[in-house]
Amino acid sequence: MLRQIGKRLATAIPSLIGVIIVTFLLTRVLPGDPAAYFAGPAASPQAIEEIRKSLGLDKSLPEQFVRYVQDLSRGDFGKSLTTGQTVIIDIKTRLPASAELTLLGLIVSMLIAVPFGILAAVKQGSIIDHACRVIATAGVSLPVFFTGLLLVYVFYFILGWSPAPLGRLDAFASAPKHVTGFYLIDSLLAGNLESFRASLAQLALPTITLAIFSLAPITRMTRASMLAVLSSDFVRTARASGLSPRTVIVTYAFRNAMLPVVTTLGMVFSFLLGANVLVEKVFAWPGIGSYAIEALIASDFAPVQGFVLTMAIMYVLLNLTIDMLYGVIDPRVRLEG
Amino acid sequence: MNKLAQVEPVEATPVPVSKPARQGSLFSHARYVIGENPVTGIAFGMFVIIAACAIFGPLIAPYDPLASNTASALQAPSAKHWFGTDQLGRDILSRVMVAARLDLGIAIFSVALVFVMGGLSGVAAGFFGGWTDRIVGRIADTIMAFPLFVLAMGIVAALGNTVTNIVIATAIINFPLYARVARAEANVRRDAGFVQAARLSGNSDVRIVLTQVLPNIMPIMVVQMSLTMGYAILNAAGLSFIGLGVRPPTPEWGIMVAEGAGFIVSGEWWIALFPGAALMLSVFCFNLLGDGLRDIVDPQRRT
Repeated sequence: MLRQIGKRLATAIPSLIGVIIVTFLLTRVLPGDPAAYFAGPAASPQAIEEIRKSLGLDKSLPEQFVRYVQDLSRGDFGKSLTTGQTVIIDIKTRLPASAELTLLGLIVSMLIAVPFGILAAVKQGSIIDHACRVIATAGVSLPVFFTGLLLVYVFYFILGWSPAPLGRLDAFASAPKHVTGFYLIDSLLAGNLESFRASLAQLALPTITLAIFSLAPITRMTRASMLAVLSSDFVRTARASGLSPRTVIVTYAFRNAMLPVVTTLGMVFSFLLGANVLVEKVFAWPGIGSYAIEALIASDFAPVQGFVLTMAIMYVLLNLTIDMLYGVIDPRVRLEG
Repeated sequence: MNKLAQVEPVEATPVPVSKPARQGSLFSHARYVIGENPVTGIAFGMFVIIAACAIFGPLIAPYDPLASNTASALQAPSAKHWFGTDQLGRDILSRVMVAARLDLGIAIFSVALVFVMGGLSGVAAGFFGGWTDRIVGRIADTIMAFPLFVLAMGIVAALGNTVTNIVIATAIINFPLYARVARAEANVRRDAGFVQAARLSGNSDVRIVLTQVLPNIMPIMVVQMSLTMGYAILNAAGLSFIGLGVRPPTPEWGIMVAEGAGFIVSGEWWIALFPGAALMLSVFCFNLLGDGLRDIVDPQRRT
């Protein structure tokens, strides 16, 4: 098992190297002056010259790359001009907000999509099956920022059920003591039900927006793989042996059908992390997505670069986790190792 | 197909020989698929409307999409302004219609760009194998290591905040998809009989790729194009929603939704709703068309 994990870790290394090279290229091979980019729009020529020196831009590209990697290994992503802090600190304080939202969105989406996809496959041709197909096509067509705005209009403006879409907590509640950075968990740990309720109310709409967005691929995949498994020999044998339909579906088919679904999670995460940026903008969510947008508009490049790199590294690690999860679910993968 | 017809007399390839019969069956198959699935027909109707807006938008729009008129700002939809007016009194219907050209334009150019880049490098990777394959595969893997929308943000931020760079970024993030499909298809045909025949008649590898392999994988690549059109539109609109590429007052669906976002909480729903709905419908339309086209060209991959 340990060797297996080591092998998986090794497969992630080329991706990480690729990611670092691309982010380096994105900053250094610009059709313009990177020093001027980093200095911001209002910098004087001397300031730009200073930044050029401090960034080592007067050296050759390979030398710059070595320096870049050294900086990264020390966690030095540069400094944000808009917040005046180092990018790594900004990202650290904002990351939990994004992570809480994305993970909750994925969990809600899985809780709906997986049973739905299974039902659609078991009752093929029924109303549920048709609804499933409509959702799968309509879901991928929805611009996530548009869904979010519609939800805000209906649930905030018309019905008044949800609080104003302005961040993680309304103005009257105070943030729970920092433990994990996830407000839901922190407030429960602190035993503060009031702030748990408040942060859940704020989370509800952005979470639903993300869940609707990722519903389509998961439903589609669950249905397809469940259909494939249900028509396989071992399910037929199980049925022929007189097992109840429930046992056949839950014990025999479900576990096998989950394998391709877990694999698609990687792709779902790619979309989800991108959609997260848009959702954060719609709900003024103080995560790393809105941080990057603010920096982009101010032409403050260091945070954008830090953001792209953080997202990419997280995504590589997520894929690694999914790979390992696959090994846990499917014993055959373990044996092959 | 033209290119293929020209080389037909010189080189005996299986495709031109069976061409008339195949086209006939393709047509009846297309009719069958549309009959079976009327949704594709509806999607095609929607496509005609969107395309008409994109081509004739500025001519048929009832008002000037840029003319502001503060006296009639923030009016709800009425007989005079079907989709209402925005905060500067501009007619939203006109803006939505005119924006179709820019949105579709970005999507079409980026898809065409990746079709050439991804298609050629994928075919080369699949046909030649070896180092070409490894390099193309490595590039595709590296792109896939990023969350795609985030990479697009980074590319636009680095190359500069223009519409051209949105086209380039959208093309780059779609590259792995095209390269992989083209590679797989070319790899299958690498040692096919008609390729060997062409090689025996003394054609160079490059010539075989261009005149034999490429035309043969064209149908699948075209399906790929229509399947990714919707995603390209969504991606471009998402980038302009966060303030990249298109600048106000240019009418574009993503930026119009962004402008209307601030008014949603005060109840002026029409500013964001109509451009958002136009965006959603056109993406929906392209996805349905893509699925329909896939059913026609490649029935086995139907899901």
